[in-house]
Order: sequence, then C-alpha cells, then structure tokens
Amino acid sequence: MTTFIRALLGATAISLAVSPALAEKLTIATVNNGDMIRMQRLTDDFAAKHPGIELEWVVLEENVLRQRVTTDIATKGGQYDVMTIGTYEAPIWAKQGWLVALDDLGADYDVDDLLPAIRGGLTVDGKLYAAPFYGESSMVMYRQDLMEKAGLTMPDAPTWDFIKQAAAAMTDKGNEVYGICLRGKAGWGENMAFLSAMANSYGARWFDMDWKPQFDSEAWKATLADYLYLMNNYGPPGASSNGFNENLALFQTGKCGMWIDATVAASFVTNPNDSQVAEQVGFALAPDNGLGKRGNWLWAWNLAIPAGSQKTEAAKTFIGWATSKDYLELVASKEGWANVPPGTRTSLYENEKYLEAAPFAKMTLDSINAADPQKPTVDEVPYVGVQFVAIPEFQGIGTAVGQQFSAALAGSVSAEQALQNAQQATERTMRRAGYIK
Amino acid sequence: MARRATGTRKILVTLAAWSVGLAIFFPILWTILTSFKTEAEAIASPPSLIAFRWTLENYVEVNARSDYFLHFMNSVVISLGSTLLGLLIAIPAAWSMAFVPAKRTKDILMWMLSTKMLPPVGVLVPIYLIFRDFGLLDTRIGLIVVLTLINLPIIVWMLFTYFKEIPGEILEAARMDGASLWDEVVHVLTPMAVPGIASTLLLNIILAWNEAFWTLNLTAAKAAPLTAFIASYSSPEGLFYAKLSAASTLAIAPILILGWFSQKQLVRGLTFGAVK
Repeated sequence: MTTFIRALLGATAISLAVSPALAEKLTIATVNNGDMIRMQRLTDDFAAKHPGIELEWVVLEENVLRQRVTTDIATKGGQYDVMTIGTYEAPIWAKQGWLVALDDLGADYDVDDLLPAIRGGLTVDGKLYAAPFYGESSMVMYRQDLMEKAGLTMPDAPTWDFIKQAAAAMTDKGNEVYGICLRGKAGWGENMAFLSAMANSYGARWFDMDWKPQFDSEAWKATLADYLYLMNNYGPPGASSNGFNENLALFQTGKCGMWIDATVAASFVTNPNDSQVAEQVGFALAPDNGLGKRGNWLWAWNLAIPAGSQKTEAAKTFIGWATSKDYLELVASKEGWANVPPGTRTSLYENEKYLEAAPFAKMTLDSINAADPQKPTVDEVPYVGVQFVAIPEFQGIGTAVGQQFSAALAGSVSAEQALQNAQQATERTMRRAGYIK
Repeated sequence: MARRATGTRKILVTLAAWSVGLAIFFPILWTILTSFKTEAEAIASPPSLIAFRWTLENYVEVNARSDYFLHFMNSVVISLGSTLLGLLIAIPAAWSMAFVPAKRTKDILMWMLSTKMLPPVGVLVPIYLIFRDFGLLDTRIGLIVVLTLINLPIIVWMLFTYFKEIPGEILEAARMDGASLWDEVVHVLTPMAVPGIASTLLLNIILAWNEAFWTLNLTAAKAAPLTAFIASYSSPEGLFYAKLSAASTLAIAPILILGWFSQKQLVRGLTFGAVK
C-alpha cells in the first residue's frame, strides 16, 4: 500500500513537472491569405518536431488584424505570442520597444540568406525584429495575346510612355477590354501604395528633408495627371472603388490588357483553375521615367514576437521553423515549388526547381531588388519606406490623401483641388505631430 | 366592379410586398448561392444565378480550417447571456421609469440613449485596459458584460415603451389586493408584457449575435464568436468570395432560422400598442 501511495505521489510530481511544458500554447495572429493558410495546414510537421508546443491560430482580415494587434501591443494586452505584421509596422514598433529582437534564431537559420532589401526593412539598429514569411513587390502583368494583336512588344523594363501607348492600343471598350487596370480604392495600403510608388518614379516624394509635404510639387502634379489620364481613357468603369481583388477578378476574366500590382498576383493569374487567361500572361518590371527609380513597391508579411509575450523561446522556435529554408522544402514536397512563399530568401531564387515551376520568379526577384526602402526616391528624404512613410502618422494621412485622389478619379474633385487638399491635410497633421512648425 | 377593384389592388399590394421582400432578401440569397460556387464561378461575369456547377467544396474547406462549433457555441452563450443579464437589469429599471417616474426620468432615458451615439472606437483603449487588468480579455464573461452594457439602453427603452401601454390601475388593483412589489412585477406586469419582453429578447439576441466591433477587438482564440469566424475568411489580397460566402452562410443560418420561427412573435412585439 505504501509503495502504491509513493508511486502515486511520484507520478503526480512528474506530471506536475511535465505539464507546464506540455501546456505551452502559442497564440498566433495572422492574415487570411494563401501562404498563411498553407502554413496553418502544415503545422503537423512543427507539432511532430516540437511536441511541447501547441499552436492556436487567430486568422483575421488584414485591416481587422492590424487594428487588433496594434491595440494589443500598445496596451501590452499579451493576447498573442506571435503576430503577423507588415514592413510598415516592424520598424515603428521595434523603435517603441514593443518587439523582441530575433537575432538568435539558431545556427542553421542562415539569416544572411534573407534578401537584403527585405531584411533591411525589418532591421533596426542592426537587429532583426521580424522574420519575413513572404515578400512581394509590384510589377506589370499583361496579356501577351493582346499585346501581340496591338503590334507591340513589352520590354522587360518599360517606361510610363510605353505603358500609355500600350494601354491605348490594347483598349477595346466595345468588347469590355480595358488597356490598363490600376488601384483606385482609397486607402494608404490601397491606391496610395500604387500612387506613392508611381510618384517615386516621377521624382516625387511625400516629404522634403524638413518634413514639409510635397504635394504642391510639379512631380506630384505629373504623377496624378498621368494616372488620371490612363484610368479615365483606358481604365475600367468605376475604377475608383477597385482594389487588388476587383482588379484580379477583372484580369482573370480577360478584361484588362495590363495590370500593375503585387507580384503575389502572379501565381493567381497563371493558375488555370481560376484564371481564364492563365496561358497568356507575361510579366515586366514596373515602369520608370528614366530618373533612376521604378514605380514598384516593397512589402513583406513577417512574424514577430510582442514584448509582452511570456513564451518568447517557444515563439522563436516557431518563427525559426516557419521562416526557415526547411519550411520552403516542406511546402514544395507537399504542394509543389510554385506554392512556396516567395520573396524572402536568396537561395530560393538559385533553386532550379523553383525557377522552373514559377515562371514569374525572376521578375519577382528583380522587382524586389529594384526597390530600396532606405533610399526610395530620386531626391533625398528623411523617411524609410517605398510605398509608405514609416512614421505612426502615416496611416491617417495616407488614407486622407488616398480619399482625395480616389475622388479625383471618380471626378468629384479636380486633380489640382485634390493635390491642394492633400497638401493641406498632410501639413495640418505634420504640424500637430510636431514635425514642422 | 368594386370587388374587381379590390382584387386588383390585392394583387398589386401582394406583388409590391413580394418585390420589397425579395429585394431585402436578395443579398442573403446571393451569398447562399455563391457559397455553392467555385471561386472562379464566384467572380464570373456575367454571373449565373443557378446554372453553375454546384459544389460543397467551400463548406468542406471551411469546416477543415475552422472550429465552427466553438465559434457557434461562443455566439450562443454570449448573445443569450448578455440578453438575459440585460433583461434582468432592464425590467425593474423600466418598471420604475414607467410607473414611478421621477422628475428626471425623461432626462435619464435620453442620456441612456445618448451613450449609443458615441463611436465605440472612442472607448476601445480604456475598455481594453480594464479588461486586461481584470483578466477579461478573450473570455465569454467579458463579452457578456460589454454587450449587456451596450444593448442596455435599447432594452430599457423598448421595455419602457411596452410598460407605458399597460394601465397603471391594474397594478394599483394588485397592490390593493395585497400584492408585494415582487408579485406585482413578476405575476402581474410581466405576464401582461410578455409580447413586448419576447420581442425585446429576440431583437437583443439578434443585435448581440451580429455585434462585430467588440467581439472582434476583445477576443483572440477562445471566446471568438461567429463574427470572428467570418472575418477570418475575408482577404484584401486574394479572391476567396465563395469561401467567405460559405462562412457567412454558416454564421447567419442559426439566427435566420430563429428569426423565421419567431417572426410572428417579433412582429407582434414590435407593433405592440402601435394601433389602439
């Protein structure tokens, strides 16, 4: 009997000692996109390798997630152990001390393999604060058959003048084919992502070195004038409410000659299950104006650990797994190389199997390499970020300016008035925030 | 002649009612139909109403990816819990305002309603901090409390309106017959106001079921109701309309069925006292 009681006590003690390790549950907040959902599906591999860590997922729409995790991290709510954040949030939050540095993800993580442009945007004071899960830039996707019919050949690196010429030649409104589809929906991550990148290639910038807004510059006037010219003459009707998804639907159903948008769209438009024009799609770099900057952006979805998390080591283990080279191999073995999350590692673009399976791979890499978040514009600027300005005020002013430009596209205000309103709104916010007097 | 005119009028009124009904129901019908399409068919232009390849693949994927039952149970507990707690507080409050009004009763009622005019995001951070400090983040109890407080002005207002329709003399008679306050409220007032209380209950369940700001902002994985379940299928970068429609159909189905079965009660309650 005594032996039995001792054994029972021993078993209880062991179970008490072991249970905290078994119960270590990570809550991961992420966005609903193809690559993230795939990761969720493949976590059996992680569970097999790390039986002491359980994963609990919170999947939300991008804007809901942004609001949700921002509230939590700013108030140290501690609801999440791993957060999916963008390249906009990473440097701002790192400077606030809200993120745990990820400079010890293990010897075999090979941090030097991360693409320099992506890594640079996630590094503050020499320390990596978020690990990139997938990266993207923007590029031109076009219909090769329509281009051929128009008697034109798309260069690998087109100019805006060529885009205008091609848009005019490919437009056939009688058959509901529009030469060009671009974002028009208002928002800092919607039309302003495209227009800020386009403006960079026209020599425009958001602010000068004294943080004075620059919407009264000739470069911004030329940017908006050309954007409105393209969309009013060769764009689809109702374009002021079109974002990524609306343009994707138009392109996949054969209604766009060209579409300049995120490189991640390449896998959608070339998928014959979803796209009616899958066999006809060609790719080119985003256009330029010969000023040394192209109109492409740079973005990555990254995994980061909030400073309030009590499970930092387990969270690092998970991030190390999800953003490793081995994970790319795992996706390739289960779902094919074309479905591997792109845009984060140099070695992926040296892999022959990937290059063969993903015809858009080279253009994606070239586009990512063509963007420099540290030097995004022709003239010098005091900020970091290609299609955004990495300051906390940007979400508000970016959306306010986006509303003005979307209204100009809808025809409810003139281009001059939209630029004037954008200048006033931005000046007001920057003055209140203390950047300018 | 008069009979024919009446018949024509009846047909016209019926047609008009059906047109309005269909127009209101069309977005829901479209969502349900889209949930049975493939993603490619969901964005087809021109869209097909019923002549497409019907598939259940979206429902299969939604069930494989998410724990529907967990979200469903959270919605049931949160909406029922907040409604019952709200009624528990609102019935005595409405009784006192209707039958024992004070000098400032009207002002209090207006003030209660004015709290609904504040944009919820304005108080998000203070409420989030309170929830964090009390350990209420991502808990059903926390959401029951917050949804009760949010819907309380509406419950009080509705009940106050119903109670006002009941003649005070009946309660007075009960008091003269020796009824205590408890008996007066529970055995006299409540049975007379059953249609009003029932419609308040149903409307509040619907409001709590559909509430999306607080349920999204105060939950993570454990207490997230069906609103969070739907939000997990929306994406600005990727066409998942068919899956989103399947998730939406699953989320609205229970409340749609409840509304269908209780529509008589709901209409009776909402029009209670409208025609004297």
